[in-house]
Amino acid sequence: MTTTLAPSLPPAASPRTRRRRRVDKKTLGGLVIGVLGLVDIVGFGLEARSGDARLGLTLAGASVHLSPLKLPPGPTAIVAGVITLVLAALWLRAELGKLARRAVIVGSGMLFMLSFLCWASSGKTMSLVGLLQSSVDRSIPIVLGALAGCLCERAGVVNIAIEGQLLFGAFAGAMVASASHSLYLGLVAAALAGALLGLILALFAIRYAVNQIVVGVVLNVLATGLTGYLYDRVLVKYQNTLNSPAVFSRISIPLLSKIPIVGPVLFDSSIFLYLTYVILVAVQIGLFRTRWGLRVRAVGEHPVAAETVGIRVLGIRYANVMLGGLVAGIGGAYLTIGSVGPFGKNVSSGKGFIALAAVIFGRWTPIGAMFGALLFGFADAVQNILSVLGTSIPSDFLLMIPYVATIVVVAGMVGRVRPPKADGQPYVKS
Amino acid sequence: MTPPETPPPETPPPDVAADVAAEPGAERWRSAVFDAVVEGNTVTVTFLAFVAAIVVGGLLIAFTDPNVLPKFGHFFSTPGAAIAAAWSSASGAYTAMFRGAIIDIHTVSAAFHGGSITAVFEPISETLVNATPLILTGLAVMLPFRCGLFNIGGTGQFIGGAVVAGWIGFALQLPPVVHVIAAIAGGLVGGAVCGWLVGFLRARTGANEVIVTIMFNYVAQFLLLYLLGTHAFRRPKRIDPISRVVHGTARMPHLLGSTLRVNFGFILAIGAAFAVSWLIKRSTVGFEFRTIGANPDAARAAGMNVERGYIVVMLVAGALAGLAGAAVVLGTDYSLTPGIYGSYGFDAITVALLGRGTSLGVVLASLLFGALHAGGVQMQAATQTPIDIVIVIQALIVLFIAAPPLVRTIFRLRGQRSGPEKRAALKVVGA
Amino acid sequence: MKLELRGITKRFGSVVANDHIDLTVEPGQIHALLGENGAGKSTLMNILYGLTRPDEGEILIDESPVAFTRPKDAIAAGIGMVHQHFMLVPVFTVAENVVLGDERTRRLGPLGFGLLDRRRAREDVLRVSQRFGLTVDPDALVENLPVGVQQRVEIIKALLRDATLLILDEPTAVLTPGETEDLFAVMRSLKESGHSIVFITHKLNEVQQMADTITVIRQGKVVGSMPPTASDEELAARMVGRAVRLAPEKAAATLGEIVLSVESLTVSDDLGNTAVRGVSFDIKAGEILGIAGVQGNGQTELCEALVGLRPAVDGRFAVRGRDLTGHATREILHAGVGYVPEDRQAEGLVTEFTVAENLALDRYDQPPYSKGLALNLDVMNAAATDQVKQFDIRTESIGSPASSLSGGNQQKVVVARELSRSVGLLIASQPTRGVDVGSIEFVHRRIVEVRNQGSAVLLVSTELDEIAALADRIAVMYEGEIVAMRSADVSREELGLLMAGGGAGAGASASAAGEPASAAAPA
Repeated sequence: MTTTLAPSLPPAASPRTRRRRRVDKKTLGGLVIGVLGLVDIVGFGLEARSGDARLGLTLAGASVHLSPLKLPPGPTAIVAGVITLVLAALWLRAELGKLARRAVIVGSGMLFMLSFLCWASSGKTMSLVGLLQSSVDRSIPIVLGALAGCLCERAGVVNIAIEGQLLFGAFAGAMVASASHSLYLGLVAAALAGALLGLILALFAIRYAVNQIVVGVVLNVLATGLTGYLYDRVLVKYQNTLNSPAVFSRISIPLLSKIPIVGPVLFDSSIFLYLTYVILVAVQIGLFRTRWGLRVRAVGEHPVAAETVGIRVLGIRYANVMLGGLVAGIGGAYLTIGSVGPFGKNVSSGKGFIALAAVIFGRWTPIGAMFGALLFGFADAVQNILSVLGTSIPSDFLLMIPYVATIVVVAGMVGRVRPPKADGQPYVKS
Repeated sequence: MTPPETPPPETPPPDVAADVAAEPGAERWRSAVFDAVVEGNTVTVTFLAFVAAIVVGGLLIAFTDPNVLPKFGHFFSTPGAAIAAAWSSASGAYTAMFRGAIIDIHTVSAAFHGGSITAVFEPISETLVNATPLILTGLAVMLPFRCGLFNIGGTGQFIGGAVVAGWIGFALQLPPVVHVIAAIAGGLVGGAVCGWLVGFLRARTGANEVIVTIMFNYVAQFLLLYLLGTHAFRRPKRIDPISRVVHGTARMPHLLGSTLRVNFGFILAIGAAFAVSWLIKRSTVGFEFRTIGANPDAARAAGMNVERGYIVVMLVAGALAGLAGAAVVLGTDYSLTPGIYGSYGFDAITVALLGRGTSLGVVLASLLFGALHAGGVQMQAATQTPIDIVIVIQALIVLFIAAPPLVRTIFRLRGQRSGPEKRAALKVVGA
Repeated sequence: MKLELRGITKRFGSVVANDHIDLTVEPGQIHALLGENGAGKSTLMNILYGLTRPDEGEILIDESPVAFTRPKDAIAAGIGMVHQHFMLVPVFTVAENVVLGDERTRRLGPLGFGLLDRRRAREDVLRVSQRFGLTVDPDALVENLPVGVQQRVEIIKALLRDATLLILDEPTAVLTPGETEDLFAVMRSLKESGHSIVFITHKLNEVQQMADTITVIRQGKVVGSMPPTASDEELAARMVGRAVRLAPEKAAATLGEIVLSVESLTVSDDLGNTAVRGVSFDIKAGEILGIAGVQGNGQTELCEALVGLRPAVDGRFAVRGRDLTGHATREILHAGVGYVPEDRQAEGLVTEFTVAENLALDRYDQPPYSKGLALNLDVMNAAATDQVKQFDIRTESIGSPASSLSGGNQQKVVVARELSRSVGLLIASQPTRGVDVGSIEFVHRRIVEVRNQGSAVLLVSTELDEIAALADRIAVMYEGEIVAMRSADVSREELGLLMAGGGAGAGASASAAGEPASAAAPA
C-alpha cells in the first residue's frame, strides 16, 4: 500500500488507545511528594552551607523598602522537608478533595523551591522579587503562544506552528518598528505577520485538509528558513535602519505598582504584560461565557452537530486560526521590541513548543494554560538566576529544566485531560 | 478539487455512511486525499511543486538582492534594467547552486587541460555527502509515520548516535576494521536508546510523541554542550567546545579517493533504505507497524501489542537517526561540535513527506535536498545568497506537494480522476 | 406544512444513492420511510435538511420550491431533524445544546459580543419539555444522560426552533421497548398539535403501529407506497425485493461440555466506572448464548474483557477449562477464540488495507503465513482467494482495499477471517449491524453452522429479532448485570421488560443474592 501524506495518521487519541495498565496514580503522587520532602531534607537541608540566604523583597529604587528575608538554609530546608513529608502522608492516607489535592501539590512544590533557593543562595543575596518579575516577563510570549493554541485547538485545529508565528512576529515587529520608528506600528505588523502564518495554516489545514501537524511542522521550517534568510540577507546589511528598534518602556500602573512584592511583579511592566492580561481575560470569558465561545467549542467538539444547527464550521475555524496567529504574533513581538530589541536568528528558541505543552498542561483552558506558562517562565528565570549565583549544578542542566519539565508534565497529564474531541480532525463537507 | 464523496471524518453525516455503505467517513476523506495525491499524477504534481518552489525562491532571491532593489526604484523609467537585474540575480544564484550540486563546467574543461579529474566529481560527492544523513534521518521519520507516530526527534536521536559513535571513535584504541564497526554500532545504540525512551513514554504514559520528541531535541542539545565541556570529550588545548578527533581506524572509508568526501556512510544509508523497505513491505513486524498505524484499535482486536509496536518502531527509528549521527561524525566531521546536528532532524520531516512514505521516495527526496544543500554552500560562497533560502525552498516544495489542488490551481491543471479499478490496482502494486 | 420532493437524485461517485425520488408529506401526518440499510433513506433526509445537495430534483414546501444549501435554511423553513447519531455535543449541558446556533445573549456593554443568557436557555428548555411531556434536566451534561433522554433533547432542540416537520432517523434503534413506547406517545402528541413527522425505520411492526402512509425505498428508488394495514410479508418483500427468510433453519442444540465459563467477572469502562458487575455464566459446545440488552449496558465491555482487550477488575473466565483472565489478546485468540467486534470499521478491519491483508490480520506472523520475520505473500493471497470464494465476499479482487466493499461484504471479511481458523468459541458482537439483508442471512447461516460443528457461540445483539432467530439460550444484560437467563422460547414482551430493567423476577434476585446468574438458566 502506498501511503499518502500524513492524513493516514491514526486517531491515536481515541480513549481506547489509551487503555493501559498504570501504577495507581494516588500512590505514585504520594511517592513523588515524599521524595521531594526527602530531597528537601537530605539534599538541601543537610548539605547546606553555613551563612544565611537573603531573599530580597524589593527592587532597587522602590519607594517602600522591605528588608530582605534572612533564612538559614539548613533549618529552613529541613522544616520544609518535614512539612512536605507530612503532606505526603496526608496525601496517601486521607481522602482529599480536589482543592485540597491541588493545595498539597502546589504547597510541596513551593516548599521545594524555597529550600532549593535558600540552599543555592546561602551566604548571598538573591532578589526574590527580581526572580518573580523575571518569571512573569519570561512567560509572556509563552502565555500568548498558549492562548493562540487554545483559540485554535478549541475550534478543532492543532496549531504546531505557534513557534513559527512567534518567529514571524518577532521578525516583523523588529523590522517594522525599526524602519518606521514606531513601536506600535511594529506591534501591529507583528500581529499581522502572525495572522498571515495563521491564514496559511488555516488554508492548508481546512481548505486542503492536509494533516495539521504536518502543515504546522512545515510552516515552522518555513518560518525559520525565511526569517533566517532575510536576516542574513537584509537585516545584517541594513542593521541600522531595519534591525535596531527601540524597546517598549515599562509603564508603572499608579498605586498598584507600589504594592510591595506584588506591585513590581504584576503592575510594573511593558505594555505586553497588560496586553496579555486583556487577551487572557477576553479569551477566557469569550470561550466560556459568550455565544461565540459556545459555537467555537461546539465546532471543536462535534463539528457535524454544529453544522446541523446552522453554524459555519469552516468559517469559525478560519477565524480562530487567524486570531490565534494574531495573538502569537504579538507574543513574538515581545521577543524583540518587548525585551531585547533587534531580531536574532531563531530568537523564539522553542517557546512556541513550550506554549503547546502549556495548553495541554492547562487542559485547553486559557487560565490553566497561563499557569502552565508561568511554571515554564519560572523554571527559565530560576535557571537564569542560578547561573548568576554560580551553583555547583552545570548550567547546561539548568537550561534543560523547562524542557524536561515539559516532558514530565506531558507524560504525567495524559489520561487526566481530554482535548477537544474533533481536535486535529479536518472537516470536509459533503 | 474536492471529490464529491467526502463527508466529514470521524462522525460521518448521519448516515451517508450507512447509505452508501461502501466507505465510512474517516476512511473516505483519507482515500480522497489518497486519490488526490496518487491519482492526480504524482510525478507531475511533484515536479510542478518543485518548479513552483524554485520560482518563489527565485523571486525571493531577486527581490531581496541589494543590487536589484535600487533598480526597481527606477522601474518606470527603465523597467528593462530592473527586470534584467532581478533575472540575473536569481539565475546567478541558481547557476551557482547547480555548479555546487551537480557539475561545474569549468572543472570539466580544466580536467581536459590537465587539471584534476576528481574536481569534476566534487559537486556530486558533496550532494551524496549531504544526502547521507538526510536519507537516514528521513527513514527515521518515515518508518514511525507508517506506524502512526510522528517522530520530530531526529535531532535528539542524531545527537545520541553521534555522541556514542564519536566517543568510541576517539576514546578507544581498536584495530582498524573492528574500530569503525564498533563505532557504527555505538551510533546505532546511542540513537536507539533515545528513540526507545520516546516510544516508551508514548506506550506507557500516552505522552504525545510530537511534544516529547521536540523537548528531547533541546535536552539532547544541552547534553551535547555539557559533554563537550567535560574531560572525557574536550579536545586538549582548546577552549571552545569541540571534542577530540576520531582516530583514523574509526573513520568511514572514502569511496572515490581521499580528496572527495563521499564515504561508506552513503552505502550504509542506501543499505538502510533497502532494509526499511523490506521491513515495511515484506516482514511481519512491518505488517504490524502498518496495521497499528492505520487502525490501532483493529490492531489490538487482532491480537497485536500496540504498545510494544510503538516502542519497537521508535527504537528502530532512533537507531536509524543515530546511524546518521555516526555517519557524520565518522565520515566527514571527525569530531563533535555543538552544531553537529545541523538541521537534519527537521529536514528529515520534509524528506519523509516528500518521499511519500516509501524508502525509494526518501532516498530520492534526500538526493534532491542534498543537492540543494551542497549547491547552497556554493551559492552562498559565490553570490552571497544566504543558504537559508534552501530551507525555504524545501518547505515550499513540501507545502505544495501536500496540497495537490493548490499546485493544480497554480498551473491551471485539471485533476485527473480515474475509476476505482485504477485506485485498486495502485494499492496492490504498493502492497 | 406540506412537503414535496420531486425527482431527487444524488450520486456518490458511481453509486446512485437516490434515484429520482418523489415523496409527499401531508400536514399532520406521520409518514414512514421504510427501507433496509443502505437503501438511501438517510441520504434523502440529509438532502432535505440541507446537509447534502442533490444532483437533480426539487423540494417544495407548501407548493413553492425551496433550495436548501445548509441546515440553517431548512431550519428556517420549519424542518427539524433528529439524526440517528445524535447531533449533540457531549460535554455541553442540555440547555447549551438546545440553544446552540440560536443563542440569546445579554448585551455586555456597547460591544456586540453578548454574554450567553443561560437562564433564558434553561427556561426555554423547560417550557418545551413540559408542553410535550419531554422530561429532561436542562443543566445535566449530555454525556451523562441515557440515550433515550438524549433523544428527547434532540426533539426539544428541533421544537424550540419552531419545526413543523420533524425527521426522525431510525429513532428506535437505540431505545428499549419501553422508551420506544414513550417516544411513540410523544410522536402522537406532536401529530395532534399539527406537526408532520417523517419516520425513518426498517422495523416493520413500528411502521404498522405508527404510520399514516408508508413509502418503501430500495436501492435508492421509491418502490411503492402502502397503507399501514399492509402485512409483514408484503412490506418485507417490497423492502428487500424478494421473499425473505427471517430466521435460519436450526436444529435443536446438541450440547457438549462447557467451553466458556465466566465467574463473577467485573469490568470497568474507559472512564473507570464499573460496566460489568460480577457476571457469571457458562456456554457449552454446540450452543449459542444470546445476550440481549439495550446498547450500553455492559455488553461491549464484557466482550472486550473476554478477548483480553480490557482488564478484568475482578472475577475470572476460562476457555475449555484454561484460565485466560489477564492474558493478552493474542494468547486468547490463539486459544481458539474467534472475535467479531461490534464495530467492524473501528475494530474489525483496517479499511485501507487490502482484503487479503485484512483476512490475515490475526495470523500474519504464524506459519505458513510467515517464514521467520518475512511474510509469505503467496500463502496469504492463496488463502485470501480461497476465503473470498468460500464466504461469497463480493470484491473486485483480493487486492482491493476493504473500504471499497459494501458494509455487508466488509462484515463477511471479518467473519471469514474469524471462522477460517479453528474456533472453539466465537464471540460475535452485533454481527449484522448496518448490513443488507442478504449479508444478514449469510452471516446468520454461518453462525449456526459454527454452532452445529460443536463450537460455543456468544452472540451479543441489541436486535431482538436476531437474538430470537439464533440463540439457544438468552441472557438479558441490564446495567452491567445479567438480570435474567431464559430459554429461547421466552416471549418478546418479557424480554422487552427485562431489557428495560423491569420484572427481572428470578434473575435479578439471583444475582442480587450473589449467586451466579447461570443458576437461573434452564438446564
